Amino acid sequence: MPKYMVMQSYSGPEGLAPLPTWSPEDIKAHIAFQYALNAELTEAGELIDAQGLAGPEQAKFVTSDGVGAPVVTDGPFAEAKELLAGYRVIEVDSEARAIEIAAKVSAAPGPNGVPIGQSIELRQIMGAPDVDL
Amino acid sequence: MIDHRIEGLLRELAPQVLGVLVRRYGDFDAAEDAVQEAMIRAVRHWPVDGLPDNPRGWLIQTAVRQLTDEFRSVTARRRREVAVALREPASPDGGGVPDRDDTLTLLFLCAHPALTPASSIALTLRAVGGLSTAEIANAFLVPEATMAQRISRAKQRIRSAGGTFALPANPADWRERQRSVLHVLYLIFNEGYASSVGPDLHRVELSGEAIRLTRMVHRLLPDDPEVSGLLALMLLTDARRPARTGTDGELIPLAEQDRTRWDRKSIVEGLVLVSDALARGSVGEYQLQAAIAGVHDQAVRVTDTDWAQILTLYGLLERMTGNPMVTLNRAVAAAMVHGPQAGLSLLEPLDEQLAGHYRLDAVRGHLYELAGDTERALVHYRAAANRTTSLPEQNYLRIKAAHLSVSTAPVPAAEATGAVPVPDPIEPD
Repeated sequence: MPKYMVMQSYSGPEGLAPLPTWSPEDIKAHIAFQYALNAELTEAGELIDAQGLAGPEQAKFVTSDGVGAPVVTDGPFAEAKELLAGYRVIEVDSEARAIEIAAKVSAAPGPNGVPIGQSIELRQIMGAPDVDL
Repeated sequence: MIDHRIEGLLRELAPQVLGVLVRRYGDFDAAEDAVQEAMIRAVRHWPVDGLPDNPRGWLIQTAVRQLTDEFRSVTARRRREVAVALREPASPDGGGVPDRDDTLTLLFLCAHPALTPASSIALTLRAVGGLSTAEIANAFLVPEATMAQRISRAKQRIRSAGGTFALPANPADWRERQRSVLHVLYLIFNEGYASSVGPDLHRVELSGEAIRLTRMVHRLLPDDPEVSGLLALMLLTDARRPARTGTDGELIPLAEQDRTRWDRKSIVEGLVLVSDALARGSVGEYQLQAAIAGVHDQAVRVTDTDWAQILTLYGLLERMTGNPMVTLNRAVAAAMVHGPQAGLSLLEPLDEQLAGHYRLDAVRGHLYELAGDTERALVHYRAAANRTTSLPEQNYLRIKAAHLSVSTAPVPAAEATGAVPVPDPIEPD
């Protein structure tokens, strides 16, 4: 069965207020949704891993020429919204099912329970060679 | 009697006992618990009291008693009869136990049409293979909770499909279900074979487990040529495992393998099995695949490969299955026998059926390379590398393309040995 990574960034549709500015109820509902989705995917035998990443203010970019000390760049970053916020790894029967799950993630509740409609990046994880016949 | 012999015996008997209970009472979960309990008692008593005269009967009797006790207490709690417990009570002396092996019942159940292949695989390893949920989860690199759910959902699905625990009655249904059983075993083997990169002692070895289970089926159905064919295919493929990966775990294609590292014992066993099966005259897919693997395994050097015979066998397999992947392999064989152009022509009709599939590009790249058309070969190798979802294959194809792009000269004859560019899980050849 193919594995996929379902990725969320910090970017939302135009005009969406950032999560920290939402009402407590809306934030709670959003978090509850994420847990419920994870439980649902575990129950379906499809969840491999689900993680949120520490915020972009803690992000660092590291470069090295393999000789000298690495160059470490700290935030804040102009493109912080593009950074990865969290991901799920799922193992499913088909790409169609992966898209269905990504759609659920996209429709996570935002302010006043309205689905956010965030753009979700869906990528297949490289695995063993295909099975013949 | 030493303990590991008891352990081996229990491992062999567990699926049979579970099969008997499931067939009689239809409740998978309760049956599994009861068998578990009987096993625990056996481990406690046998080393002290000695082995019973009939270990299988002992286990069945103990498990049945456990199960009926369980049903009775449920009945008492609910204050009503549980019909299932009374449907076929076991006789007190454990007699009446049919002298047939219920491992098959269990295998057939695990290949139930209501299940997805992934669930069938998990359930087969659990119920017939006797692996723990943690071991299965580890083998497939998924969390234990996820695997536990897969197994429990599989059981639920069988339950809700209802009343189909009996083995299929008419010969057509039996054949169809047996096909599914063999396919599940084939998938388990493939999972182990395709994903094995270097030794990993902590993972249950799935190919070995698949071979063990297929041997079991072969013992139960010794006259079935497709069962023999599948076992032969596994042995003939697994024989090459020691030569299949390099020191860094990279894939080594058939043509470049050190054939002295192949396992001769498995090859001999596989060849005997497949030739006996073919002699029976009821040719099937697994027998043909095994025969092809056998032709490769008999070639001491890659240049000794009998490509004409492989071409014939792929022709038969193609007619039998209509599978475009088989056509792809036949094209490679045709190129080896009649030249690259013959292979390329065979690929043409596949553009529609296998549109965008990396393997079509990989084979085209290979055949253009054989034909000395470096430019076209490069285009197809690169397309294949971008489209594959397997990292070892992508690495292989990228390096292949890189080699080609630096060499301006035509392909040296020594390299044009007919290596299929893509090392398949089973037969690329």
